Amino acid sequence: MDLYEILFWFLTVMALGCALGVILSRNPISSVLFLIATFFAISGHYILMNAQFLAIVNIIVYAGAIMVLFLFVIMLMNLNADTEPQKNRLIQLAGVISGGILFLVVLGALRSTPVTNLERADVGIGLIKNLGKTLFTQFVLPFEISSVLFLSAMIGAIVIGRKE
Amino acid sequence: MTQLVYLIPLFPLIGFLINGIFWRKMPKNLGGIIGSLTVLASFIVSLGIFFEVKSDTFQGPVVIQLFEFINSGRMVIPFAFQVDALSSLFLLIITGVGFLIHVYSTSYMHDDEGMVKYFAYLNLFVFSMLLLVLGSNYLVMFIGWEGVGLCSYLLIGFWYKNRDYTNAAKKAFVMNRIGDLGFLVGMLLILLNYGTLSYQEFFGHLGSAHIPVSNNLYNWIAICLFIGATGKSAQIPLFTWLPDAMAGPTPVSALIHAATMVTAGIYMIARSGALYSLAPMALNIVVIIGTATALLAASIAIKQYDIKKVLAYSTVSQLGFMFIALGVGAYTTAVFHVMTHAFFKALLFLGSGSVIHAMGGEQDIRKMGGLGKHMRTTQITFLIGCLAISGIPGFSGFFSKDEILAAAYAHNPVIYYCGLIGAMMTAFYMFRLYFLTFSGKFRGTEDQHHHLHESPAAMTIPLVVLAILAIVGGYIGLPAVISEHHALAAFLHPVVSNFDPRELEHGTEWMLMGVSVGAVVIMIILAFARTKTPNFSPNTGLAKVLEDKWYVDELYDAVIVRPMAGLSRLFDRFVERSGIDGFVNGIGKSVRWTSDRVRLVQSGQVGSYIFAMVLGMVLLFILGFFWLS
Amino acid sequence: MPIQYYLFLSMALFCIGIMGTLMRRNAIIIFMCIELMLNAVNLLLVAFSKMYGDASAQVFVFFIMVVAAAEVSVGLAVIVMMYRKVHSVDINILNRLKH
Repeated sequence: MDLYEILFWFLTVMALGCALGVILSRNPISSVLFLIATFFAISGHYILMNAQFLAIVNIIVYAGAIMVLFLFVIMLMNLNADTEPQKNRLIQLAGVISGGILFLVVLGALRSTPVTNLERADVGIGLIKNLGKTLFTQFVLPFEISSVLFLSAMIGAIVIGRKE
Repeated sequence: MTQLVYLIPLFPLIGFLINGIFWRKMPKNLGGIIGSLTVLASFIVSLGIFFEVKSDTFQGPVVIQLFEFINSGRMVIPFAFQVDALSSLFLLIITGVGFLIHVYSTSYMHDDEGMVKYFAYLNLFVFSMLLLVLGSNYLVMFIGWEGVGLCSYLLIGFWYKNRDYTNAAKKAFVMNRIGDLGFLVGMLLILLNYGTLSYQEFFGHLGSAHIPVSNNLYNWIAICLFIGATGKSAQIPLFTWLPDAMAGPTPVSALIHAATMVTAGIYMIARSGALYSLAPMALNIVVIIGTATALLAASIAIKQYDIKKVLAYSTVSQLGFMFIALGVGAYTTAVFHVMTHAFFKALLFLGSGSVIHAMGGEQDIRKMGGLGKHMRTTQITFLIGCLAISGIPGFSGFFSKDEILAAAYAHNPVIYYCGLIGAMMTAFYMFRLYFLTFSGKFRGTEDQHHHLHESPAAMTIPLVVLAILAIVGGYIGLPAVISEHHALAAFLHPVVSNFDPRELEHGTEWMLMGVSVGAVVIMIILAFARTKTPNFSPNTGLAKVLEDKWYVDELYDAVIVRPMAGLSRLFDRFVERSGIDGFVNGIGKSVRWTSDRVRLVQSGQVGSYIFAMVLGMVLLFILGFFWLS
Repeated sequence: MPIQYYLFLSMALFCIGIMGTLMRRNAIIIFMCIELMLNAVNLLLVAFSKMYGDASAQVFVFFIMVVAAAEVSVGLAVIVMMYRKVHSVDINILNRLKH
């Protein structure tokens, strides 16, 4: 078991544990913090797979910007207390069961796929240079369109959120 | 010149479009001028084509393909015109007589509100009729066939504010549709068995042994086509629409219901002569129907009092004569009679129109009489028409009718005797009409008497031209006893032929002529005697039956219309209302009932929606991974 | 590392996200669960990118992030508005879709 594998298992356990923490914790603030931890674990996986730039972007955009937005909203609304007083055990059970069934079904379906080992060697595809080239040659039109999407999302958020 | 044949139908089409689009705004006279000039242009082109076809250098029929009309699988039907002797002759009749009637109409319809619309219809009719005779296959003919049916409907119901007139229009349309169905079935039979609708290919296949067919098939195709012809050419059992069609303006009756459209059936059968000569049973049916129609219609005409009704029944009767000619295999003779009939019947109708015009719309001959003093031109031309239709030697009708009777005699003397009786009745009712209208004392009101006048030049000139044609039109087909050279037969020979080989002896032919002329003269004298002191007391016995048209309309009403209406009511109550409506409403009700219950699933709780979505995903995964793979 | 491990990991994360969506009624938590599912997909895309040595998959991850960011901004605005109206973020109060 070399360092790579140790790191892999550690990050995997961390990601799953923190993900469970997100859905099980009663306080929304701790949910947010668990989610941030999950994102960090996923970023770790990115680095393991030589996707360094993506890892950094994930931390900056997701863990940094998006989750801070969540935190802001929760704090602004003063939701840090438990806001679900009447819990329905039956619904929760049904949710767990159906999620589990989905997992089992996909697991069963993918069980028999041939085992392919991921190369450990770095081919450099996760570096900025390589990604930039792909993004601005092959995917330049979606890139431009996504900027329009952003603009409309921004305007939409302002329009929806303003006081009438 | 033959390459320009597409111009012939194009001109009236242009006229129709101009008149049809601008009929609200256009001044009346302009509409008439456009309508007439376009037909005149067609007539000139037709003349050119006629003389080219007539010349010795003309080689066989020329087919000009304009574009591909249908191309679907093995069925390829071009939109093509065929120029040959038969079509060029019909072109001349249609555009020539058509032009004269257009000119006549400019005066006759002058006081009518919808004059431009009228000319639009008239042009459309000429266009359709030209399409009918020019088409090089049955489909193009069928397009024209339907087109003239439509125009006939539009023009019969031209004065649509009168309910009777619109009913007459509907009747004509329905009757024609019944016939059209037969035509359509015949066409489909041809297409099914020969894979083509083109005349040349079809007739080429007929004799060849490549396609094995029984005589029955020929008979069935021929009978189906003939059913189409009975509809358009007003034969038993579909003739009742034609007398009612007199509801339209008189020039329309002259053009459509006497000179051109009704001869479409004759044209079709003459065109299909190669088929009919292989179908003896169909030919027998044609003869029987033709004879019966000629006699029935002529007998009805004897007791009619409406000037146009007499002429209408006379048309039906004359069409019967043409079918007799077709049925005995004398196609050229039938076409000959079509031509002479077009001249003298158009003349008679236009003359009657002139009379009606002078009488201020009155059509009842019981109220006329003595009109000859006031309208000399009309009287003389009308007399010429009567002489021609009666078959007095020297006039066109004599030659063509005599030829028909001779052919009938050669075929079977019984038909000849029937035809002779028909010809005698024709002479009687025509001269009864003439004497009642033009001689004796005036029997109308004082107002009408003062109003009597000769019609304007635009009406009398066509009358004179037609009268000349009605006299000289017969000389292109002199009987064999006078001249061996039959110009029309020689001209038509490449396309249609009198295939009946039995030539009559000259002595017999002289005798037949003498008998028919003698009989006709006797009938004219009889007519003069009977009308000298007009007696219009109510008819009884056979006369009453004749006046009421043998109760054919009533018979159809009782046998077909009423049971159909009863059946429809029955279906309406039990199938439509409780069956189909119940079914449809039941579906609506059941959907409503189910949705009332299913609606509860839409709780509005977002959570349950997500839940359902996940379950759906699971199901899809199971389906996709374990069941389909 | 076999690709299956990443497959199962990302499936597990995805299903946890789904369970959270089904169990919780707090709109913000549900939103976070959706982000979790998106990230599970991202992880899988990167794993496949590594497997095939193709950078396109990583570019797709960018686009998913872009969409997620846009979605979050609009979604949070909606939640804020909803809170302003009904003073709750419980999705079961929002059963107006029925009408």
